Amino acid sequence: MNATPVTDQTRVGGGTPEPRRSATSFLRAQIQQSLAFATLVVLLVFFSFASSNFFTWSNISGILLSTAVIGILALGTTFVIITGGIDLSIGTGMTLAAVMTGIFLVNLELPLMVGVIGGILTGGLMGFINGFNIAILRLPPFIATLAMMLIAQGLALVISGVRPIYFSSVVGFKDIALGFVIPGLPNAVLILFVLAILAYVLLSKTLLGRYTFAIGSNEEATRLSGVDTRKWKIVIYTVAGLFTGVAGVVIGARLDSAQPQLGTGYELQAIAAVIIGGTSLLGGRGSILGTLIGALIMSVLINGLRIMSIQTEWQNVVIGVVILIAVFTDALRQRRAAS
Amino acid sequence: MSNQLLRVTGISKSFPGVQALKDVQFELDRGEVLALVGENGAGKSSLMKILSGIYIKDEGSIFLDGVEVDIDSPKTAQALGISIIHQEMNLMAHLTIAQNIFIGREPREGLFLRERALNRKADELLKRLGINLDPKALVETLTVAKQQMVEIAKALSFDAKVLIMDEPTSALTDVETETLFTLIEGLKRTGTGVIYISHRMDELRRITDRVTVLRDGEYIGTLQKEQLDIPTIIEMMVGRHIEESARPTARDRANNEVVLKVEGLNTRQLLKDISFELKRGEILGFAGMMGAGRTEVARAIIGADLSEGGRVHINGKPVKIKRPSDAVAHGIGYLSEDRKAYGLLLEQDVNTNVLLASLRDYTDALGFVHTMKGKQKSREYVASLRIKTPSISATTKNLSGGNQQKVVIAKWLARDCDILIFDEPTRGIDVGAKEEIYKLLNDLVAAGKSIIMISSELPEVLRLSHRIVVMANGRITGILDNEDANQAKIMDYATRMGDEKDL
Ligand SMILES: Nc1ncnc2c1ncn2[C@@H]1O[C@H](COP(=O)(O)OP(=O)(O)OP(=O)(O)O)[C@@H](O)[C@H]1O
Ligand SMILES: [Mg+2]
Repeated sequence: MNATPVTDQTRVGGGTPEPRRSATSFLRAQIQQSLAFATLVVLLVFFSFASSNFFTWSNISGILLSTAVIGILALGTTFVIITGGIDLSIGTGMTLAAVMTGIFLVNLELPLMVGVIGGILTGGLMGFINGFNIAILRLPPFIATLAMMLIAQGLALVISGVRPIYFSSVVGFKDIALGFVIPGLPNAVLILFVLAILAYVLLSKTLLGRYTFAIGSNEEATRLSGVDTRKWKIVIYTVAGLFTGVAGVVIGARLDSAQPQLGTGYELQAIAAVIIGGTSLLGGRGSILGTLIGALIMSVLINGLRIMSIQTEWQNVVIGVVILIAVFTDALRQRRAAS
Repeated sequence: MSNQLLRVTGISKSFPGVQALKDVQFELDRGEVLALVGENGAGKSSLMKILSGIYIKDEGSIFLDGVEVDIDSPKTAQALGISIIHQEMNLMAHLTIAQNIFIGREPREGLFLRERALNRKADELLKRLGINLDPKALVETLTVAKQQMVEIAKALSFDAKVLIMDEPTSALTDVETETLFTLIEGLKRTGTGVIYISHRMDELRRITDRVTVLRDGEYIGTLQKEQLDIPTIIEMMVGRHIEESARPTARDRANNEVVLKVEGLNTRQLLKDISFELKRGEILGFAGMMGAGRTEVARAIIGADLSEGGRVHINGKPVKIKRPSDAVAHGIGYLSEDRKAYGLLLEQDVNTNVLLASLRDYTDALGFVHTMKGKQKSREYVASLRIKTPSISATTKNLSGGNQQKVVIAKWLARDCDILIFDEPTRGIDVGAKEEIYKLLNDLVAAGKSIIMISSELPEVLRLSHRIVVMANGRITGILDNEDANQAKIMDYATRMGDEKDL
């Protein structure tokens, strides 16, 4: 911090204002996003040349559709990561939300709306419990959400009897993901975009967002400023949980079934998307646009590799390497900015 | 209506293993500046944290405007009109100045933040206070001194009845300190009561109306303005009489052997053509305004920042120092000015911190650490530096600010370096301990070590240094022998902006 040399300092008591500096930091945020964006463009161009099947509308819409679930999970977890926390329970939490939606709609035959809201609230409840454990019981986020990850996984299996729940009897459920409110754009993708806008507004225009950054920057200072950080942490984890719930409903609708075995692995992909998008695991820094681009990079990669007929085993290796590169370039940029 | 604003009686507070406060009392009038002084660990910050709702008192009463109040959280304190500037920086680095100042009190419209109104309010506040900063700048881009000004602005933004300042000037230079004093004069006129904690004795006479002294968590007494006499205060603080050592002169130095020679050092941002020599057994003081580049010189030498051009010789041999570990390998230790960010593992115990830089000495060929030997050594340093801690296994975070600083010093002493660079070594350290550290520095050079000492306190530079390097604007503007130097001369060199040079 104090390594930052400032040349105009001899006129202290304020010295000259520093618009130059805020401008550079603004620029830095822009570059960070445009770098991720540039990566996305490069990938798109590369795969278009590599395979003629890539840049077709049906494939692009397939990519968007497969981005939806990871993207929705990543949006919620962006908040958590900006506070300097982590949420490992989003993958299996999503599965539990899908299973509960199945119970509500198929077993209990509740109305569609009620079942969907029930599924979303299941996610919210898990988030609330995470928040409570972290803020009130002061468990480290890693531990609290690791435990929740296992609990959700177990409950999903127990409640479903380790069998998929099929939604074929529920009229209109499938359309939540696969229908078209806007022609040509699957609803799941629409939901992703709408939630992204919502998350953007929450993060940059509301108190919730302000305190998300403040807590990630310096939790103690935020608390001493009279902000009830415990309450806000609970709120933030609950919001992340609600996003998980939506992801559960969307994946259920997309597969037209709740698959209790599914779920692990999604959390890591979502976290990877957030990090590729430039959000700092150390907290205090991050953006929704970045997360969206990060999620797109992930699914474009997976899709492109698949279209080029590269084995699934190799896909993971490539994604791992991409994460390394993303985090490294981010660290490099910060080091540059610091010196 | 009486003029009394705040009365505090019988306050006690204990932490595991420490009785921080015992039956402490004081009074504060409207429009008054009350100084609270005492050695490191005397309990000043703890008392203020009780007033601002961070710690809960074990016993005692607090009366505000004659009414007993129960302060159970920072929020309650704010609502009662008690506002505090903490000893340790408490800002959110990733937020802007405006966002920091009004955290918890953001202007809103329904669910939405009114960012423009926020910036306007912050701008008005900063202008009113005469602080020239852009409210939209991110705090992480500011220097320590400017961050401190933001903290001050934040505390003043509450229109508090009682404003507590816990060592507000320890990171400020003279000019900023003047700005602060002007602000305080203004507050006095509006009837605000100010509680002012400082280890800088010369400030007390400048701005305070009364002084209350604490020692070892106990109330010792209060002196009225007319009775203010620095030696008396110091004796009350430490409970004994302190001798000042004499000023050294360049001639006092044992010999003329050059241990460190720096030639033509540049950095991309600030430093230009830095050249100087450090001799064996010498304390070389670095004076200058904040931002003149003194810390940057140290960081460039030890390889913490990239330098361009320039040669460094140690004991006559050219060396390449690319990173701090090279510096340590060449026997250069650097004690950073910002102990919180660079100097300490706050969550670890005192022992770990003291031994951190010299662990190798306590490790055998197989990589096992011999803890007993190390602990013995830590205990010695805790005793010789009079570090106030219940034991060497206490968490460093819980030590008072000044005692944390002593732990950093102990760490580098344990490493046994030939060349030591001390950056603001006595920041936040009480007068008694300062004398001890001065004595320690003198002992070190007498034993053949060489020291570069960066300090913003001119009296300290003059007291200790054999020679004084003065910097301005990234350049060395003068190198003075102690016997030729005085405050006026140093200030003259420190304010030279151009290329004038006079060696
Ligand atoms: N949270 C805590 N846990 C344990 N001990 C504490 C805690 N806070 C303060 N103390 C202890 O209480 C005593 C008083 O500390 P305090 O910070 O009030 O001193 P101070 O007068 O402000 O000193 P300084 O001038 O160094 O800032 C010290 O011995 C310190 O170690
Ligand atoms: Mg203190």
